[in-house]
Amino acid sequence: MIPISWYLILAAALFSIGLFGVLARKNAVAILLGVELMLNAVNINLVTFWRYNAPETVTGQVFAIIVFAVAAAEVAVGLALIISIYRNRNTIVADDLDMMKW
Amino acid sequence: MKILFLIFAAITLGSAFMVVTTKKMIHAAFWLITTLFGVAALYALLNAGFMAMVQIVVYVGAIAILFIFAIMLTRKEMLDSAAPLNKNWGIAALFSLLSFAGLYTLLRNWTGFSNEAPELAAGVDTITELGTALVTPDAYLLPFEVASVLLLAALIGAVYVANDAKNQQEAEK
Amino acid sequence: MEFWKDPINTIFASMMESFTSGGMSDVLARVLIYLIGILLFVTFAMVLDIFLVWIERKVVARFQDRLGPNRIGPFGIFQPFADIVKLLIKEDITPVGADVVMFNLAPIFSMMSVLLLWAIMPFAPNMFGVDLNVGMLYLVAAGSIGTLSVIMAGWASNNKYALLGAFRTVAQMVSYEIPMVAALLVVTLLAGTMGAVGIVGAQEGVSFFWLSPLAFLIFLISAIAELGRSPFDLNEAESEIVAGFHTEYTGMKFGLFYAGELLHSFTFGGFIALLFFGGHRLFGLENLFPTPIWGALIFIGKAIFFYWVIMWIKYTVPRIRVDHMLAFNWKFLTPLAFILLMVTALVGRLFLESAWLVPALFISNILLAWLTVEYLKSHARKEREKEEASKQSATLAEQH
Repeated sequence: MIPISWYLILAAALFSIGLFGVLARKNAVAILLGVELMLNAVNINLVTFWRYNAPETVTGQVFAIIVFAVAAAEVAVGLALIISIYRNRNTIVADDLDMMKW
Repeated sequence: MKILFLIFAAITLGSAFMVVTTKKMIHAAFWLITTLFGVAALYALLNAGFMAMVQIVVYVGAIAILFIFAIMLTRKEMLDSAAPLNKNWGIAALFSLLSFAGLYTLLRNWTGFSNEAPELAAGVDTITELGTALVTPDAYLLPFEVASVLLLAALIGAVYVANDAKNQQEAEK
Repeated sequence: MEFWKDPINTIFASMMESFTSGGMSDVLARVLIYLIGILLFVTFAMVLDIFLVWIERKVVARFQDRLGPNRIGPFGIFQPFADIVKLLIKEDITPVGADVVMFNLAPIFSMMSVLLLWAIMPFAPNMFGVDLNVGMLYLVAAGSIGTLSVIMAGWASNNKYALLGAFRTVAQMVSYEIPMVAALLVVTLLAGTMGAVGIVGAQEGVSFFWLSPLAFLIFLISAIAELGRSPFDLNEAESEIVAGFHTEYTGMKFGLFYAGELLHSFTFGGFIALLFFGGHRLFGLENLFPTPIWGALIFIGKAIFFYWVIMWIKYTVPRIRVDHMLAFNWKFLTPLAFILLMVTALVGRLFLESAWLVPALFISNILLAWLTVEYLKSHARKEREKEEASKQSATLAEQH
């Protein structure tokens, strides 16, 4: 059988890749893609801990389902914001969105 | 089992790497879909069939499609010629490597690091338990309802933000 | 005798024995046998698909008062083979500026999304691929892969008509998924399980059509929309956007989309049969021969009947406009489906242990349908009066 460490290291690696995407990508949509990767890494962790530590309760899965709902809400609002910004400023490069900076 | 895990882990991580480095945004979205399928397969390996299916229905069926729509609506040409990464990508890579190293050492020092999965009790239907738990007031009814309210708020917010009411009014004038 | 009672498991056991007696490890033999099974199953589906092409062409011809193919073989039954040869020898064109990898992957995904559905199809007791306990979710998940293939095809073609078709299809498929899921939830509620085998088993006494005829209607409508067949064939509306998302496809790649669509309709015919009409059951006729193969034949017969119903609708009803398509879903079908779900839950709870459960559910459905029709009638009358009033005021203004 697979030890728990494999899943946890996989989740950590996925989280780090997502973090890199969030920090390094120019495109705002790509940043959201990175956030999705990070949320997925968290979900892998939740389901793994459910399976390895407490398979008799369903807490881990409930947490993961709530994360799904939050991810869906986050993407809907985030993409709406990006489309709105694109309409007004004609760019979605995160560096160019400096209206709040002076 | 181990071979399956390694295959799916490789798919997940490889395509995740492609998501953050590939040049064309639309390809990044499709690599994200590959990652999501890999994660769904990992859930299935963890005996969480329901999670695997929900992962595909919610992420691939809704979120990824939404991403593709947004990318199509916000691009100027078919090819994105500009560099995908900003000038700080070196520091970003350092940070993410550091975070991975930090997480790894943290996990290393945890005593249950190489635990193996306990046998699942035979004849227990996790889906039934999950469904009951989500609608039992003593268990997770409140978080469940809060999540639905959050989704409703997100729906209304997204429609309001993306709706171009101001421009339409100006056009009518 | 053993073989006729349980053909699949008998074959499996004998193959397992012959494989492992040659010194092969247990796991490897199992994987190999599963692979062979999948291969045979897919081949069966594809061969069936060839005849579906023939049925489709023949039935269309009858609906349109023609004869249909009748030259090759008796009743033109070998026409599909001629079609295949034609498709295979056509030039394989990849448009300039296309995204080659995705362009080629899209038809494969389209076919895959259909073939995946066959894994959970319970033909008869003991005759099914796998009994997933999340079967109905699996149905929706496979459908989302179909959506993906359409958007891939539309985007990778580098053609604005293809992209428009893809946009339309995705809007349609994503929105019609919601009433479909609600109808599936009604079935899940009635059966107490999401697994396909369990749902067929729960219809032992009375099939779900009598418990929830409205859910059947909603499922049929949203299934047709999901398939992208007329009246919901906006994705390939010939008179508006050439051929929609598969405008740029030629030869066998187009053939895959076409065959996928036909097989998809047939598969949904099968799902209607298993969700609402008791799967392999037919008024006790299924006990005529004590073998599941007979049940499987009945099931396929039912699936072909509903395939025919879908075709019947396709060639009778004209295409609806794109805004009407969305309004119909969001303003009518989705609310109705959710109200139906609540009514079913409530009535099912109230009559849980009583003998009146079946009539109560049936009557509540009829009542709901009647109320809906009445509401629609009054709504239409109001709209009509408003329009007439505005017309009258316009003519009055002209006279002055």
